[in-house]
Amino acid sequence: MTVQPIRPNLTTKAPTGITGLDEITGGGLPRGRTTLLVGGSGSGKTILALQFLVNGIRQRDEPGIFVAFEETPARIVGNAETFGWNLPELLEEKLFFMDAQPQADLVRSGTFDLSGMLVALGAKAAELGAKRIVFDALDIMLALLEDPIAQRREIYRLHAWLLAHELTGIVTLKAESDTHGSLHQPFGFMQFMVDCAVILNHTVVLGVSQRNLRVQKYRGSSFDENESPFLIGKSGFEVAVTRTLGRGDAEVTNERVSSGVERLDTMLGGGYYRGASVLITGFPGTAKTTLSGAFAEAACQRGERTMFVSFDSDSNEVIRNLGSVGIQLNRFVDDGTLHMVSARTITGSAETYLVRIKTLAKEHRARCLVVDPVSTLSKSGNELTAHSVAERLIDWSKAEGITLVCTSLLDEMSSQSEAGSPLQISTLADTWIHLNYLVQAGERNRGMSIIKSRGTAHSNQVRELILSDAGITVTDTYTAGGEVLMGTMRWEKESAERHAREADAVAVKLRTVKLEAEEAELDARVKSLQVELAAKLTEKAVLARSAEIHEQELLLGRERIRELRGTDAGREERGGAK
Amino acid sequence: MSPDVYNFRLYITGDAPNSLQAMANLAQLCETHLPDRYEIEIVDVLLDPTRALTEKIYMTPTLITESPYPGHRIVGTLSHTEPILQILGLGAAQRRNYPGLKERDAAPQLRRPEESAQ
Repeated sequence: MTVQPIRPNLTTKAPTGITGLDEITGGGLPRGRTTLLVGGSGSGKTILALQFLVNGIRQRDEPGIFVAFEETPARIVGNAETFGWNLPELLEEKLFFMDAQPQADLVRSGTFDLSGMLVALGAKAAELGAKRIVFDALDIMLALLEDPIAQRREIYRLHAWLLAHELTGIVTLKAESDTHGSLHQPFGFMQFMVDCAVILNHTVVLGVSQRNLRVQKYRGSSFDENESPFLIGKSGFEVAVTRTLGRGDAEVTNERVSSGVERLDTMLGGGYYRGASVLITGFPGTAKTTLSGAFAEAACQRGERTMFVSFDSDSNEVIRNLGSVGIQLNRFVDDGTLHMVSARTITGSAETYLVRIKTLAKEHRARCLVVDPVSTLSKSGNELTAHSVAERLIDWSKAEGITLVCTSLLDEMSSQSEAGSPLQISTLADTWIHLNYLVQAGERNRGMSIIKSRGTAHSNQVRELILSDAGITVTDTYTAGGEVLMGTMRWEKESAERHAREADAVAVKLRTVKLEAEEAELDARVKSLQVELAAKLTEKAVLARSAEIHEQELLLGRERIRELRGTDAGREERGGAK
Repeated sequence: MSPDVYNFRLYITGDAPNSLQAMANLAQLCETHLPDRYEIEIVDVLLDPTRALTEKIYMTPTLITESPYPGHRIVGTLSHTEPILQILGLGAAQRRNYPGLKERDAAPQLRRPEESAQ
């Protein structure tokens, strides 16, 4: 006897179109099968189920049927308005609501079954060409069947009907799950029957609401087995997922973006990498915000859309405060390049923050993002999830190619060492800049050091960060006795050097002048000697000339005498002279 | 006070056991309490699913009493007759004077109606 596979198309899946859920389930819910959706009250079952239908219609053109056992369809449609799904336009042809609430005046006499409803639904499904169906709050109907055997029978009937009609179904059930996530009877057996079971969980940890989704089983498919936080956001369900294994890596680039501080760029060998995540840690008041503001300004100057999320202060305060150090953000807010978000008003879990940031950044099409400070995520009640949220923030911004600068506040009481930012995200960040106070000679000065910067050569020196009206500068460093000098000591050292330089310059000048004077003097002497020499030469020439003349005179005189005497004595004498 | 004729509409799904049982129970109830004063319309939703949809018949079998006014919906195999009789104005208190009643009907049975029916 051979066993024929009942449904060879098991691998095909019906995408839910819900952010994150399709990633967790590897593509969607099992097509043509039943998915059980279990959760406590207010856990978001109806929204998830309805969104499954709406996305099916809008994205896949798969009409759907919603069987409402608990609420009137009018209320469900009204509630869905807040998500902007615009159900009324779908109602005519694509989406059918069955109001299956048991009437209040219903009289029960003996047992009954759901076959009438299934027959009616079958007719409607055929009419619509429905591919998806939701039974919302089936427990309401099951509760009318007091007999557990009858309940089980009706569940099997429903399951068989779904399979026979090849509808992808979601059945939601109210059930409080215990700490292990398994359901209480009497519906527990349903988990064994269905092909996929999803559990929604809504807990309050230290006053902060945390919603989690977990796929408990998925026949014939691998899935992410962990609890994933989710959020019911502006446009519906969003499940937070980390990038799962096997998904493509984000593109990396060698492009550098300026940190907004010229000399910091030099220290980093050109700036931050585009798409990198930068962590700036420091104690309160160490100019974390200012440094991130400089980055935002530089990004806006390049014309890149930027979003600045401040958890500490209002947007206007941030702009004013940054204005005092020469970072003028106002103009960029006005022309729309910069979007300032004050997140003080957002309350809720770390997940809420993350989803809001992601949504806003998407809306703004931000290429650069500043989150100041990211450590807010770990405030009370969020410790459990804050780390993974921060991880996902970095992960997400990388995947989107967004250059992320986040600051992280270090608790001054915790440790003065540089290790361990509160969220442990320092390992994930590509560049980690640490700011702290160095106390020296009765002064507290801001020191900046680059602890790490992946893939770039970077300066190993602690530099002093100076804030002034003109902006942020990173100073030259002076070391003395192994310490970097800062503040007044640096200034003193600087001015001492300046003095020394000036004195040197003066000395050189003086010496030059002296030498010039000597040179001039020597020149003068050379000239006078030359004149004297000329005089002597002339004198000598004159002397020689006069001597010659004298001789000639003598010669002439002698000849004249001889002529006058008429003797040849002069001849002999002349011959004797030869 | 009581109408001359009681109108019933019973929605069933083919020959499902619950449906067959309901038909039998209704017939017996009518014969016992309303001899010759009743009309029963049987609607098989398998044959007319659209009607079930428009009239919101989701649980079968469902009995709708149209008269006396106001109408009522009774869901189930109709094995527990007392609530039905009350709706029809034929409850234990109301029918004290009727002859030929069995003791069983006079005392409402709240527990396990299915078992008592069998």
